[in-house]
Amino acid sequence: MYDKKDLNKIKEKKEEWKKNHYSKLVKNQAERKDKFENLSGTEIRNIYTPEDIEHLNYNKDIGFPGQYPFLRGIHSTMYRGRLWTMRQFAGFGSAEETNERYKYLLKHGETGLSVAFDYPTLYGYDTDHPLSRGEFGKCGVAVSSLKDMEILFDGISVDKVTTSMTINGPAAIIWAMYIANAENRGISQDIIGGTIQNDILKEYIAQKSFIFPPEPSMRLIVDTFEYGFKHVPRWNTISISGYHIREAGSTAVQELAFTLGDGIEYVKAAMKRGLEIDKFAPRLSFFFNSHNDFFEEIAKYRAARRIWAKELKKLGAKKSRSLLMRFHTQTAGCTLTAQQPEINIVRVTMQALSAVLGGTQSLHTNSMDEALALPSEKAVRIALRTQQIIAEESGVTHTIDPLGGSYYIEWLTDQMEEKTYNYFDRIEKIGGVIPAIEKGFFQREIAESAYKYQKDVDENKYTIVGVNKYKTEDELTIPILKMDEEGEKRQINRLEKLRKDRDNSKVNKNLKQLKKAAEGDENMMPYILDCVHSYATLGETCGVLREVFGEYREPAIY
Amino acid sequence: MERKIRVLIAKPGLDGHDRGAKIVARALRNAGMEVIYTGLHQTAEMIIETAIQEDVNVIGLSLLSGAHMTLFRDVTKLLKKKNMQDVLFIGGGIIPKEDVSVLKKAGVDGVFGPGTHTEDIVDFIKKNVKL
Amino acid sequence: MNDIASKVLKGEPRSVARLITLTENNSPDAAIAMKDIHPNTGEAHVIGITGVMGGGKSTLISEITREYRKQGKKVGIIAIDPTSPFSGGALLGDRVRMMELTIDEGVFIRSMGTRGMLGGLTSAVYDVVEILDASGKDIVIVETVGVGQAEVDVIKIADTTLVVLVPGLGDSIQTIKAGVMEIADIYVINKADRPDVDQTVAEVKSLVDIDCSNKDRKIPVLITNARNGEGIKELVDEIKKHKEYLDNSKEFDIKRMKRYEAELIEIIKKRLMNLIFDESKFKDKVESLIYKIFKKEVDPYTAADEILGKILK
Repeated sequence: MYDKKDLNKIKEKKEEWKKNHYSKLVKNQAERKDKFENLSGTEIRNIYTPEDIEHLNYNKDIGFPGQYPFLRGIHSTMYRGRLWTMRQFAGFGSAEETNERYKYLLKHGETGLSVAFDYPTLYGYDTDHPLSRGEFGKCGVAVSSLKDMEILFDGISVDKVTTSMTINGPAAIIWAMYIANAENRGISQDIIGGTIQNDILKEYIAQKSFIFPPEPSMRLIVDTFEYGFKHVPRWNTISISGYHIREAGSTAVQELAFTLGDGIEYVKAAMKRGLEIDKFAPRLSFFFNSHNDFFEEIAKYRAARRIWAKELKKLGAKKSRSLLMRFHTQTAGCTLTAQQPEINIVRVTMQALSAVLGGTQSLHTNSMDEALALPSEKAVRIALRTQQIIAEESGVTHTIDPLGGSYYIEWLTDQMEEKTYNYFDRIEKIGGVIPAIEKGFFQREIAESAYKYQKDVDENKYTIVGVNKYKTEDELTIPILKMDEEGEKRQINRLEKLRKDRDNSKVNKNLKQLKKAAEGDENMMPYILDCVHSYATLGETCGVLREVFGEYREPAIY
Repeated sequence: MERKIRVLIAKPGLDGHDRGAKIVARALRNAGMEVIYTGLHQTAEMIIETAIQEDVNVIGLSLLSGAHMTLFRDVTKLLKKKNMQDVLFIGGGIIPKEDVSVLKKAGVDGVFGPGTHTEDIVDFIKKNVKL
Repeated sequence: MNDIASKVLKGEPRSVARLITLTENNSPDAAIAMKDIHPNTGEAHVIGITGVMGGGKSTLISEITREYRKQGKKVGIIAIDPTSPFSGGALLGDRVRMMELTIDEGVFIRSMGTRGMLGGLTSAVYDVVEILDASGKDIVIVETVGVGQAEVDVIKIADTTLVVLVPGLGDSIQTIKAGVMEIADIYVINKADRPDVDQTVAEVKSLVDIDCSNKDRKIPVLITNARNGEGIKELVDEIKKHKEYLDNSKEFDIKRMKRYEAELIEIIKKRLMNLIFDESKFKDKVESLIYKIFKKEVDPYTAADEILGKILK
């Protein structure tokens, strides 16, 4: 990238600087640490110069936004054209309470909706299932049927705003409810937009809310890809996630490598079924974490774009739109503390900033009380304002990829790409993503990183302000969200009434048809839609699939 | 005589976030304890039955989904019913401070939330376990 | 009769568990209780299961147990995992694969760390087999770690030993040391959905043909898929057939006597080691002898003679 003669002059000057200035100072005043490592264990040098990126070719390796390899951004205008979507993940209690929170957030300026479901819903159980006891509405909203979906989006224009739904095992069923609700309101499925997370591979690896074994789960996902590009073209039928992998304790490099590895696996699975890559690839989306190491995160997002573009090209994608790494980011929940919770606002601000400097398409900022409970109204408002201040006041959106060309950032981006490809090789040697999951490869890597991190914290090698340094004895004074104690009972009554009022012979017929389709090899989406339209519950519909596909039990890996 | 502290680490209910439970299991193993790790989706009945068969001295439950008041108290109720109150019951996860005192009154012996040093858990067990 | 022993004979889970703890901890109360337990043993069919890690042993055991439960049999399971030689602690995670069995009253599962300083199966495992037997279990399954001495020692305690292999897990045959392959009464090739299953079956069958060419029983090679239950009923039938073979051929009595011999050796070993290294009577003497060996003032053999001399007096 640089003229050979200029570079030599720089090398000489650096040696001189090192000898006569740097080393001299270090002799009298040692640096604060022997080694400065980032959270992935990469050693970070004292200074980066053109030398460190001399092997890069601007046009080939860095390029321009909106063009291969998309390192600097997936669109030619990025935030100058349109800001990222401010999409706060929310949900608790019953559909009524969450509907109110959505209206509150929209009023305060969020530009996209994001649904958090409670545990029973995530596992495909109705609120009145024995395993749902005590779990109703605690970490998200309970949706047991189309009726709940109707209440959830009551008074919200789903033709004008897009909705992301964090649901995996029963994703196809919940998506069907969203589609059915829109159709019932006269909004056709070819204009609604949104995302379903629908990423089962990371469930096996990290979040653990899987239901069925890998094979039938992959089949169901490819069903949604197919149904999506044929009938719901504005919908992202998957959000290939690294967030949860990171939250489970992985490093940034592992997050990058495992997420993209999963992505490639999904592409291969769809191609195996005979789907054209340029038809479904444009609707694949991603979801990353934004953690503490400010510059590493930025490098991570950039590397992700370049690697994805390269890999999709290798797999045969011809259209530009198939190569775009479009992603949503959430700031790292696991970095927030219960101690001195107000300072979490500062952490979230920096994490949000690195996501923006990294070119995210959509962003969720955590609230300061996340380590204590679900967000209160005030806390979530501050989180939203954080994004708005970055967008409106900081000036970082004036130019595209402001950190491009930084010696450090380009060097780090390259490093992360190299380390990712190392992981790709290892996964290949094991036989691929699914064999690696069954052998516990990812789980073991993550558990090791998580344990090392905890050890470093326990031994004060890694500082967490307020936890192992700068502690206070102050009592907690921020108010936390209280939920309606009667909600569970209300929901159970509602379910009872629903089961009485609907046409049960229709429901049973539809469930039987779904069973037949599941036992065969047809695309299951149309059958799921029929079940949902006739008010079969989530538990009943998912129960059919449980019967046919069985449940997955994972090995114990620490 | 060779006495090992035997600890049951389990996750009740549907919550799947097992990062903390696994780290605690490992830390306790490194402190010389025998850890019976039963993983996810345990009911109170399963936890108690396992505790009986494995003759554990400590039950450690991890829960981040907010369902602790119901699920932890299911376990304390069963412990009382089966006359197993000499088993130390500790919990961790996302548990608001005001819930901690209620849980302690119900029979939970210690609650270790976010930011806990693993050594504190080891020390607590060693100090309070009834062998 | 000893109180805890009588409760164990009634099958009471709390007492079974308590007595197991006492034997693991080398409590003198355990020895007293075992005197009343031993006469009430001998009925249970003891099955040992060994093989490399990742072979799906725990899932296989879960399926075998379910099949036995269908046949109305009561099952005891001992799951052994390695104790860390550094910390003395252990991570015992085999129960994860047997979750549905936890609340079945006819099943008792106990997780044990290897604990022993001497490697192999500690005397406690022999005791636990007897305790589960005496408490009314028709079948006792001992699952060992797939590495080290314990996997070979399992034949000392089991009536029927299963060696579990998995196709495609490296070179299944090569990675299992020769000693382990020879202990099998039944070979089980699990995870039948894996690609190399036919090759693995062929390799094992040819090994069997060579080894059993002049024996009166040819070791069966079975294929299972523990995940979906394939081949489990056939395996249980084969295990039953082996028991019948043992009963009819007097092999059974020989095996049992070998087991008691091994158990006796373990108990004596343990008592000796306790005496020499734990009890204060000899401890100081032993420590000073070790120091003398270090200083080259005495050689290890002479030191051993001295210690043993003192004990035998």
